[in-house]
Amino acid sequence: MGSPVPGGEGTPLAAARGGAPLAAGGNAPSAASSTSPGLTPPTKRGHELGLLAAAAFLVTIALILVEANQEQELTMNIVWLGLAYLGLLSVAHLAVRRWAPYADPAILPCVALLNGLGLVMIHRIDLAMKDVELPGGQVWSAAAPKQVLWTAIALVLFCTALKVLSDHRTLAKYGYTCGFLGLVALVLPGVLPSFIAPEINGAKIWLAFGAFSIQPGEFAKILLMVFFAAFLVSKRDLFTTAGRRVLGLDLPRARDLGPLVAAWLVGVSIMVLQKDLGSSLLFFGIVLVLLYVATERAAWVVVGVVMFSVGAVVAWKLFGHVQIRVQNWLDPFADATNKGYQIVQSLFGLGTGGLFGAGLGGGRPDQIPEANTDFITAVIGEELGFVGLSAVLLIYTVLAMRGLRAALSVRDTFGKLLGGGLAFAVAFQIFIIVGGVTKLIPMTGITAPFLSKGGSSLLANYILVALLLRISDAARAPKTTPKPRPQQPAIADQYTVMVERPK
Amino acid sequence: MNKPLRRVGLAMMAMMVLLLGNATYVQVIKSDDYRKNPLNRRVVLDQYSRERGQIIASGGEPLATVERTTDRLRYLRKYAGPAFAPVTGYFSTVYGTSGLERAEDDLLNGSDDRLFARRVSALITGRDPKGGSLQLTVNAALQQVAYDKLQGVNGSVVAIRPQTGEILAMASTPTFDPNALASHDVGEQQAAWRQLNAADAELPLLNRSIAGLYAPGSTFKLIVAAAALAEGKTKDSEVDGRPVITLPGTQTPLPNFNDSNCGNGVTATLQEALAKSCNTAFAVLANELGPEKLRRTAAKFGFDDSDLAIPMGVETSRLGPMKDAPAVYQTGIGQRDALVTPLENAVVAATIANGGVRMRPHLVQKILAPDLQVISETDPDEVTDAMKPDEARALRDMMIESEKNTAGGGKLSNVVIASKTGTAEHGEDVKKTKPHAWYVGFAPAEKPEIAIAVIVENGGDAGLAATGGRVAAPIGRAVIGSYLGSR
Repeated sequence: MGSPVPGGEGTPLAAARGGAPLAAGGNAPSAASSTSPGLTPPTKRGHELGLLAAAAFLVTIALILVEANQEQELTMNIVWLGLAYLGLLSVAHLAVRRWAPYADPAILPCVALLNGLGLVMIHRIDLAMKDVELPGGQVWSAAAPKQVLWTAIALVLFCTALKVLSDHRTLAKYGYTCGFLGLVALVLPGVLPSFIAPEINGAKIWLAFGAFSIQPGEFAKILLMVFFAAFLVSKRDLFTTAGRRVLGLDLPRARDLGPLVAAWLVGVSIMVLQKDLGSSLLFFGIVLVLLYVATERAAWVVVGVVMFSVGAVVAWKLFGHVQIRVQNWLDPFADATNKGYQIVQSLFGLGTGGLFGAGLGGGRPDQIPEANTDFITAVIGEELGFVGLSAVLLIYTVLAMRGLRAALSVRDTFGKLLGGGLAFAVAFQIFIIVGGVTKLIPMTGITAPFLSKGGSSLLANYILVALLLRISDAARAPKTTPKPRPQQPAIADQYTVMVERPK
Repeated sequence: MNKPLRRVGLAMMAMMVLLLGNATYVQVIKSDDYRKNPLNRRVVLDQYSRERGQIIASGGEPLATVERTTDRLRYLRKYAGPAFAPVTGYFSTVYGTSGLERAEDDLLNGSDDRLFARRVSALITGRDPKGGSLQLTVNAALQQVAYDKLQGVNGSVVAIRPQTGEILAMASTPTFDPNALASHDVGEQQAAWRQLNAADAELPLLNRSIAGLYAPGSTFKLIVAAAALAEGKTKDSEVDGRPVITLPGTQTPLPNFNDSNCGNGVTATLQEALAKSCNTAFAVLANELGPEKLRRTAAKFGFDDSDLAIPMGVETSRLGPMKDAPAVYQTGIGQRDALVTPLENAVVAATIANGGVRMRPHLVQKILAPDLQVISETDPDEVTDAMKPDEARALRDMMIESEKNTAGGGKLSNVVIASKTGTAEHGEDVKKTKPHAWYVGFAPAEKPEIAIAVIVENGGDAGLAATGGRVAAPIGRAVIGSYLGSR
C-alpha cells in the first residue's frame, strides 16, 4: 500500500464525503454531524424522478423533431410514446426507490437520456434507410421496435439485479465463478459452429437464435471485471508483500499473478482470433486500471502499456485487418471510396454537421455504413453538431464520474475496485468508439453504451448501471446500526471493511 | 485506493478532453474542408432532394421545372428542350451546373438571403426550404424561332428590347438537351456528357451568345461611325472612297469588297460608306480618330466591360492593343485583334436603337418566392449615354440605307429595318478560312422594339463565298419578323 496508515482507505476528507453532504441537505440542525442518531439522510429520489421526467421530455422533443424533419405525420402518438418512455423509466425509478434508495440520483437520468436518444436515433436511421435501395433488393428491417423491446427486457433485468443483489459484496464470493463464466462467454462464439455463431462483418462474436442475436462478450466484460476485482482484492497483500524487485518494480509472485495473466492472455487472444479489436482494447484497459487501482503502483501501467504496444505491433505485423485499420486511421482519404469509406463518410458527416449540426432528422445517416451501431455517435455529430456531440460526451462523463464518486466513497475495497472499473469501462468505451469515428485513434468496432443498436450491449450496460447504483447506495446509505463515535479517534473512520472469503 | 481512483478519474477526464478537442478539430476547424470535399455527397444530395425553383419564360412558359420522383433525390429537373439550354444551362448531380442554374443557384436552391424569411419559417415547420423561381425576359416563342432558324449552322442569335435591355432571345447552336444531364441515372448522364465532349462535337456546351468571341468584321463600322459622328462629322461628311489602299508602312493592300469603288472612287459620304460597307473609308477614318477615341467610343457601347453579368458572366469584348497604324486601320473594319460577343453586338444595335442610351442587358425579369409571389423585379438599368440622340438618329438612317443595300432573302415588306452586316475574316490564312457572317440591326427603325445580333460561324453552308447579307441577314430578318408579327 502506498499509504503509511495500515489499511487506510483514503483520507478523512473521503470519509466525510459520505456524511457531510447528507447532513447539509437534511433536516438536521447545522451543528449536527452525520452520525447523529435517529436522523436519516435524504435519499434524493425526488431529484431523480424530476431528472427522469426531464430526460423523457428531451427524448420526446427529439422524437418530434425527427418526425417533423423527416416529414412524417405528427400525431399525438408521439406524446404517448414519450409518456410510455417516462412510464418505463418510472418503473426503474421505483425499483431504485425500493431496493437502492440512497443511490446517486444523477446516474439513472443520464442512462435514461442516452438510451432515449439512442432509440430516437435508431428510429431516425430506420426512416432514412427505408428509402435506400439495399444491395440484392433486400428490404431494410426497422431496428427501433427491436431496440424498444430490448430496452424493456434490459429494464426488467436491471430491476431484478437490484432486487437480487442486495449487497454488492456478495459478488466477491463468486469471483472465480464469474471469471469462469466470463471466459466461457468470451470463448463461446469462437468455438461454436457458425450456424449458431455466425461471422458478421469479419468478427465472430455473436450467438444467433433465430431473429435475435447476442454478443456474450458484452456480458463477459462485466463478469470478468467482477472476477478481477474479487481476485485483486483477495490477493492484495500478496501483491504488495511478497515478490521480487526487478528494475525498480515490485513484482508479485508468479503464482499470484498467474491467474490474472492467464485470464488476460486468453481474453486478448480470443479477441484477436475473433477479430474484435475494440473489445480487446477495452478489456486490456480495464484490466490495467483495476491492477493499478488495486496495487496503487503506476509501474503497472507502464508495464501494461509497453506490453500492449508490443502486442499491437505484433498484431499489426501479423494481421491484414489490423493493417487496414491503421492505414485508414493514418490516411482514410488514400482509399476513400473503398477501405476508408466508412471513416471518410463519418468525417464528412461530422464536418457537414459542423458546430450546430444539420438538425435532428436533417442529416444523411444513410451515407455512413453501420450508422445505427458503431457509427451512431457520428450521426449524432452530424445532426446535432459539435454542440450536440459534446453534450452527449458530457452526459457520459457525468455518468462515469458519478460512478467513480460512488467508488471513491464506498468503504469496501471490492466495491471501490469494481465501481472504479465499471465507471472506467463506460468512459473508456466512449473514448474508443468516439475516438474511432472522429479519427483520433484507429477505428475499432465497439458499441456506444445505451446509444448503439444491440440487445446485448443494452442488457449488459443496464446491469453495469445496476451494479454502480448498488455500490452508490452502499456508499451513501446510513449505516444500518449507526453508532455515535465522536470519542473515537478520527483515524478509525478510515478502516476499510475487508471482504470476507466465503467459508 | 482513493488516490489511484482519483488518478483514474483524471485519466477519464483527459480522455473526454481529448475527444472534445478532436471533435472541435473535425467539426469546427476542418468542417469546411470536409463539407466541400468533392467526395462528400451530402451537400449535393441535400440540394438535389430539395424542391428547386422553376425557371419560366416571360409569358409564363416553364423552361425548367421539377418533377417529384420516388427515388432518393426526390426531384427530377425537367427542361423545355435544347432551344432553351443556352439560357437555363444544366443541373447535373455529377457534372454540376451551368447557365442560370449556376448563376442563380442560391436563389433556385433556396439558400439565397432574399428567401431568408421564408427559410426561417421552413426551419420552424421542419420542411425543407423550397427554392425561389425566376421569371425571365426571354420570349419563349422568339427563342424557339431563333433556335429553329439556326438549325444546320453553328452560331448564335441574341435579341434585346432596346429600351430596357431585356434579353428577348439568346439562342446558340449546336446545343444540348439538359434533360439528359439532369437524369437521376448516372449512366445516362455519363453517356450524354461523353457525347457532348467528344472530340468531333462542335462545342455544344459553349454558349456562343455570351462566351463566343468573334471578330466583329464590318459590324464594327457602327462604332467607328459613332465615334466620327461624335467628332462632329455628319452622315454627309466626305470620307475616303478609294477601292483599295495600302496599309501605312507596309506593302499590304486593304481593298473594299470586290475591290469596288466607294462613292466616286475618291470620296464618298459617310452614309454611303456605311451602306456599302467600304473598308477603305473606315480604315482611314479609324486612323484619323486614333486608337484612344475608338477605344473610348467602344467602351461607351460596352466593350472592355469585364464585369458584365446577365447574371451569367459575359466574355469581355475588346479591341486589342492597336499598337501601330496598320493595326488601327484593320481594327477600324473590325479585324485584327478586335473581338466581340454576339450579346455585345446586340447591345451595340440596341444602344443605337435606343437613341444612344445603353441599357444593361439582363435575362431575369422577376425573382419569385416558392409560392410565386414577386420578391423583386429587375428595373431597367441605364448604363451610359453612348451617343447623343441626333447622332444616334443619323447612324440609324445610315443603317436603314445599309439594310436597303444588303442582299439576302427574307426581306420584310412592311417593316423598316436598320441593320449592318459583317463578314469577318479569321484564322491563320484568311483567304482559305471561311468567314463568320454577322447581321446586327433593329426594327422598326422609327420606333425600335427589338435589336438583334446574328452570327453564323464560318458562313454556314455558304462556305468561302459567305457574306453577312447572304447567310446571317435572312436569319435576323426572320427573327425580327416573327417578333413584330406576333405582337
